[in-house]
Amino acid sequence: MFEAVLLTVITAATPLLIAAVGELVVERSGVLNLGVEGMMIMGAVVGFAVANQTGSGSLGVVAAIVAGMAMSALFGFLVLILVTNQVASGLALTILGLGLSGMIGEAFIGVPGLRLPELYIPVLSEIPFVGPVFFQQDALVYVSFLLVGAVSYMLFKTRAGLILRAVGDNHVSAHALGYSVVRVRFMATLFGGACAGLAGAYMSLAYTPQWVENMTAGRGWIALALVVFASWLPFRVVAGAYLFGAVTVLTFHAQAQGLGIPSQFLSSLPYLATIAVLVLISANRRLTLVNTPACLGKPFVPDR
Amino acid sequence: MRIELVKRKEHSGVMALLSPVIAVGSTLIAAALIFTLTGKDPALGLYKFFIEPLTDTWSLQEIVVKATPLVLIACGLAVCYLSNNWNIGAEGQFVFGAICGSFLPILIPDFANGATLPLMLVFGALGGAAWGLIPALLKTRFNTNEILTSLMLVYVAGLLLDYLVRGPWRDPGGYNFPESLIFSDAATLPVIGDGRMSISAPIAVLVVIVLAVVLAKTLKGFEIRVMGESPRAGSFAGFSSKRLTIFAFALAGALAGLAGTMEVSGSLNQLLPTISPGYGFTAIIVAFLGRLNPIGILIAGFVLALSYIGGEAVQASMGVSDKITSVIQGLLLFFVLACDTFILYRLRFVKSRKSAGVPEASHV
Repeated sequence: MFEAVLLTVITAATPLLIAAVGELVVERSGVLNLGVEGMMIMGAVVGFAVANQTGSGSLGVVAAIVAGMAMSALFGFLVLILVTNQVASGLALTILGLGLSGMIGEAFIGVPGLRLPELYIPVLSEIPFVGPVFFQQDALVYVSFLLVGAVSYMLFKTRAGLILRAVGDNHVSAHALGYSVVRVRFMATLFGGACAGLAGAYMSLAYTPQWVENMTAGRGWIALALVVFASWLPFRVVAGAYLFGAVTVLTFHAQAQGLGIPSQFLSSLPYLATIAVLVLISANRRLTLVNTPACLGKPFVPDR
Repeated sequence: MRIELVKRKEHSGVMALLSPVIAVGSTLIAAALIFTLTGKDPALGLYKFFIEPLTDTWSLQEIVVKATPLVLIACGLAVCYLSNNWNIGAEGQFVFGAICGSFLPILIPDFANGATLPLMLVFGALGGAAWGLIPALLKTRFNTNEILTSLMLVYVAGLLLDYLVRGPWRDPGGYNFPESLIFSDAATLPVIGDGRMSISAPIAVLVVIVLAVVLAKTLKGFEIRVMGESPRAGSFAGFSSKRLTIFAFALAGALAGLAGTMEVSGSLNQLLPTISPGYGFTAIIVAFLGRLNPIGILIAGFVLALSYIGGEAVQASMGVSDKITSVIQGLLLFFVLACDTFILYRLRFVKSRKSAGVPEASHV
């Protein structure tokens, strides 16, 4: 029982983790992309459609990443080249993504999906309890952890990460030093789009292998909240994502047990938990101010 | 070749007027492209979507019915956005307002007299304002990001409505359908014309006029604009950004709640699990297309109301998914934002530095 719960927590946490780590990089570069939900749902539908048409889960995953990047490129063009309002542009991206995915997905409603195969790590997966939980997951679960490690290393141990953080903290100085603020931000935005697309593919190919309209159900927004919760530090995103995975799974189990609590109240728990967590984190000024990218959401027009 | 933005010496008055028009035009072209890509006749698609609904009285009335909540909500959102408060949870304020406005006719159906409707509207506005005040107070008290909290409350309000309509507020004589009692005549807004149009439409116009005067002619309007553009300057004038945040969210919530109550009382006549086709989100587009100006919002409300009717029309007559409404709305917002850039900037195309040979050293 406990093992089964832990397994579902991992699958519920993985899409949040992937999307949030991507958005963390975007925000570290100073861009606020509120379109995570839209990019994620596009990843979900494109991933499902391609996997369904080709019979290959990996092709589906690749297509989902491309779809997420295409959406983020559109956002990047508007926000970075035409310096449009970032909040409104992110909303537009979400509205567009929800609509487009609905149109594309109409043909796939009720079509049985493809589940990404589990990867059995030799030897380790044989260990009782620990094996099935940690070493018999689908590839994307491992990818999510590699991603966190790689992002953390890149941000804090490499020159590229230093430049990215400089651009996010003080774009005027970074520009004066000769770094192309727009190019760095565009790359970061594309990376965020790729992650959101991948997270969407996880939804429709592993979490619930089918296409349902609006199936991301606000997970893109929760991923955005997780970045704040993590105060822009990659490893804290893991804690946040697994906390939310646990809340989601507990509500499922509470519903199945039939505790007499209306299902709608249980379903609203992840959203209420998001608010509670945001309040707790933001009330602590010291925690948030240290890591918040100083130029987050501020437009930059290079004076040449 | 690269594209560069060059700041205009002063902002272009011509572009300020033209930008919404260009945005709508670009959206039409994009819509034609979508029809072509889905294998439909683009000319017929555009006609059915944008023109035909304007040719008969039934759909014209439906456009007014849909424009009313959009305009009301967008007016409140404009005050929020002008003062730099990012309320994107109007959908939740609409739903919670509708719930508060409906408890009288559902729980006390016998209370049916002249006071019923005014009380419902007051409760609706108060409920919406209360829902809007949650993110506002969290922002002023705990410095919490209002974008995320206001959005999360949309889901919570939707689930609350779902619970009420399927549970305690379900019509006992309704054969287990998830819907409330049908409101009595005393709880129904007076109808105008022969369709679903009610006096909610003139009320929305009244709100537009009042807000236009307040924004243009009063100290409050000045405060809203100053605090949006330069909170520091505003604080020297004695304006408090926290008080304004609370005011803006309460006003936007009240208008959304009023719109929700009038939608339920005027058009639906009962509570259903879903009472809004995303009015709260579409109103964000209305606010921007209307350039955060009440009169502009009134016009923009009709444009976006048309997108709902047009989407239904192409679905019924051409078999295009009605999701095209949301695609067109998203594209429209993109085009509006992009066109607004050209009020402050103009584009310059420069050859890439390699081919131009000499870097622009003159600026150094």
